Amino acid sequence: MDEQEKTPGPEESGASPKEGLSTRVIQGLAARAGSTRLTGVPPDVPPAQGDLGTRLTGAPSDVPPAQDDLGTRITDVDRAAAHPRPARTEGRLAEGTVLQGRYRILGILGAGGMSVVYKAQDLRFPKVMRLCAIKEMINNAPDPKVRAVMVQNFEREASILATLNHPAIPQVYDYFVEGDRAYLVTEFIPGKDLEALLNETEGFFPEVQVIQWAIQICDILTYLHTRRPQPVVFRDMKPSNIMLDEQGRVRLVDFGIAKVFQSGEKGTMIGTEGYSPPEQYRGIAEPRGDIYALGATLHHLLTKQDPRLETPFSFHQRPIHKYNPTVSVEFQEIIHRALEYDIQKRFGSAEELKRALLSLKSARGIPTTTYISVPEAVQPDAMKVIWQFACEDEVRSSPCIHGGVVYIGAYDHNLYALDAETGKFLWKYATEGGIASSPAVEEGRVFFGSTDGSLYALNADTGRLLWTYPTKGRIFSSPRVQFGHVFIGSDDHRLCAVNMVNGRVAWSTEAEGAIRSTPATGADAIYFGDEQGILYAVGVNGRLVWRFRARRAITSSPLVHKDLLYFGSHDWFVYALDLRSGWVVWRYRTDGPVVSSPAVGGNTLFIGSADGHLYALDATNGYLVWRYRTGGQVTSSPAFYQGAVYVGSVDGYVYALDAQTGQLRWRFQTNGPVVSSPRVANDIVYVGSLDHNVYALPT
Amino acid sequence: MFNWKSWFRRFRPDARREERPSAPTVTAPPPAHRPSRQRIPVGWATDTGRQRNHNEDSVLVAEIWQEGYHRMPPLGLLILADGMGGHLAGEFASALAVRMVAGHILRTYWTTFSGWEHSADEPSVQELLTEAIQRAHQAVSERVPGGGTTLLCALLLGNQAYIANVGDSRAYLIAPDGWQQITRDHSVVDILVELGQMTPDEATHHPQRNVLYRAVGQKDPLEVDTFTCHIPEGGILLLCSDGLWEMVSEQEMREVITAADSLQAACDILVERANQAGGKDNISVILAAPPGP
Repeated sequence: MDEQEKTPGPEESGASPKEGLSTRVIQGLAARAGSTRLTGVPPDVPPAQGDLGTRLTGAPSDVPPAQDDLGTRITDVDRAAAHPRPARTEGRLAEGTVLQGRYRILGILGAGGMSVVYKAQDLRFPKVMRLCAIKEMINNAPDPKVRAVMVQNFEREASILATLNHPAIPQVYDYFVEGDRAYLVTEFIPGKDLEALLNETEGFFPEVQVIQWAIQICDILTYLHTRRPQPVVFRDMKPSNIMLDEQGRVRLVDFGIAKVFQSGEKGTMIGTEGYSPPEQYRGIAEPRGDIYALGATLHHLLTKQDPRLETPFSFHQRPIHKYNPTVSVEFQEIIHRALEYDIQKRFGSAEELKRALLSLKSARGIPTTTYISVPEAVQPDAMKVIWQFACEDEVRSSPCIHGGVVYIGAYDHNLYALDAETGKFLWKYATEGGIASSPAVEEGRVFFGSTDGSLYALNADTGRLLWTYPTKGRIFSSPRVQFGHVFIGSDDHRLCAVNMVNGRVAWSTEAEGAIRSTPATGADAIYFGDEQGILYAVGVNGRLVWRFRARRAITSSPLVHKDLLYFGSHDWFVYALDLRSGWVVWRYRTDGPVVSSPAVGGNTLFIGSADGHLYALDATNGYLVWRYRTGGQVTSSPAFYQGAVYVGSVDGYVYALDAQTGQLRWRFQTNGPVVSSPRVANDIVYVGSLDHNVYALPT
Repeated sequence: MFNWKSWFRRFRPDARREERPSAPTVTAPPPAHRPSRQRIPVGWATDTGRQRNHNEDSVLVAEIWQEGYHRMPPLGLLILADGMGGHLAGEFASALAVRMVAGHILRTYWTTFSGWEHSADEPSVQELLTEAIQRAHQAVSERVPGGGTTLLCALLLGNQAYIANVGDSRAYLIAPDGWQQITRDHSVVDILVELGQMTPDEATHHPQRNVLYRAVGQKDPLEVDTFTCHIPEGGILLLCSDGLWEMVSEQEMREVITAADSLQAACDILVERANQAGGKDNISVILAAPPGP
């Protein structure tokens, strides 16, 4: 069994190491556990918890045990509330204790799993109050090998610090052992760490402030990384290890896991999850890892999003401007580059990063004017129309393309048949009212409703009337042909099943409100919404199977896809219902009424909202994939065709967007709002506009 | 050539053939009668394994079916949890989590979902599953200090599976034409593989492969992954703890399930295979073959 399989949970620190072996650890615990794991540690060694989470200097002492990992700390606090346990204070030095006849303990600055940092007074200088910080390692690990490793680590920290000489790095004064405890005496740095400051500060730090800190940290990193003969890798850059002294200067504390870097050497995976670079999981610790961790730290300082609480390595999915729109694009780009997963793509050195920071306008306090903007049209308005056809009134209906013919209704009362390739007029049929209903073609017949109240069936070739079926209300709903019948709703509240051959009604069922949505059909049921906000599932025999009540009208036409039913409502939501039971599977709230009907492409659902956006949602769980903002309400229904999605907007444009990214491919301006829904066939997009025209555009 | 259809039919004793919906007519609407007694064939097993002395996994299987004027699709609830933490915390955590999730889902089912009229005021299935896991998270955090657990829950409704997951227990869809892992592990190595920072092979042997960044009863806030999965005709849903998927390859799992006489037999053989391979961890597995529409 691997050593790591024995990493214990949080409770085990004080318990027998053999207990509670677990195959699995949660990230934060692993951070502690991993902190002293060295290659070659025997399998049964319990993790030592000494050197992470303690800071040498200036730590606020209000939270014992102030571990590194927030998650762990939360767990600890919860646990303390639920099961008060004796605080591990028995081993701590009491106030007033004198070590080596020289250092008088004044209090505790902070404590970690296996070490405590005290504030102490150096009695060698009796006339003045010379303060120092003393880190004590309590080495009570039962296993002698572990004890040895811990001592080794502690000595390593001491010796690394002792060789460093930089104003921003605490000086080492002394190192000694008393009994089973080792002590490291360092400079005391009064001040506050950036994590504490971040928690206290309301709102965001000014960008210029963060840049100034970043530049100072780069200086310290440059110093560490240029040590000879080997660079020193800090390996634990994070806000809580960055102190601001009383002059507001940055100091780096806690060299517990710093490492003298030997090129090509594989070390151990330590550091704090959330800030650590991905290569540390492959045992690689090198200077550019500190650059990544600095990038993570800056991301945290600017967004206030603690990376330890987020999915690891998800910075690129959480762009800074999403949380803090005041940060300049240039600074974001620098942080982005520091956070590259690929080491080679990061800044080559802290010096290079510093130069980039210095070049920022905002570094000098000059406000920058560039903000994140949506990239604009690739070929704006440079569209060539294949053909256009002028009707005598608004075109609200959506086209139906069948057998090389485009069928479309207009408010001039006519249903038009046009040649799909040339737009040549073939025939038209006049009804007694405007046509909002979109035609459907089946077996040589074209079906559509009219606001005169009738459902019409025409010969699709000649336009000759075959039959009509009158309802008692205007028809805005569009016909759905299935099971040999035409299903259509009317403002008289009824949904009818009409025999497609002879126009006789098989049954009709009454809804609570007018039916303007177009029915959808599943394997054995018909689904439609009404203006009272109810979605009905009725069997092929007309009997109600289930119904679902939204909070506002359902004008959007439902769509059946993989046993789910998708539709929008005036209540601003997009719903996905289980087809058989009518349970809501997921819902997504837009910022306006959803009149548009959904379309599906791959696993993505596309739907417009009156909030002006076209939404792309993951069809299985309703998560937002992208949304695209148009200049007006999107009541038109999108069409998906070969990796692109087409939709009209009340702003008068027809948009073609990349289905995966939502990037604009082109847009085409008509002279009136586009509420008609585009249809695509043979690489031609057909759509109507309130400017009376029907357009054929190249995809 | 192996006939998948006839093989999968073995797991569907009650599978019925749906007649194609006929055209409705005024005089003779199609009969409302439909065959009853649809069951969801389920098999499950949980085992301590070879190298541990206690089983920290918990499984729960519930099935509800209802016949009457308003016929509900049969409901199957499958929950699998793999606990962690010493001093019995692991088994307490997983058992408590499984109970909390089942309790919340079934309570809501009876009070809200079992009828035929639904409304936007009801929680969505996604919200229901997430809420159930959040409650389990809260309960484990409060009552089992130091404990944590993975939690994988599948709600079967006809041939739709609604799945919620935290941790590295896995749900697979075994369809006649392929094999697909539905859930993704919340392990750090899984992300590194996704980022191209580690090969899948490196991840399999990485010392930190068991480090989870999400688990029930651990860090707040807990994020829950939800999935919707359409199970095609002849498809089987497999839920398992890492004690199975680390020991037995996906290929072997698939072969065992294909060769077994029943879902239950398949579960038992899978546990046996994991033990033969070393049985390093507790092994749990649930198999379900939804009856279709």
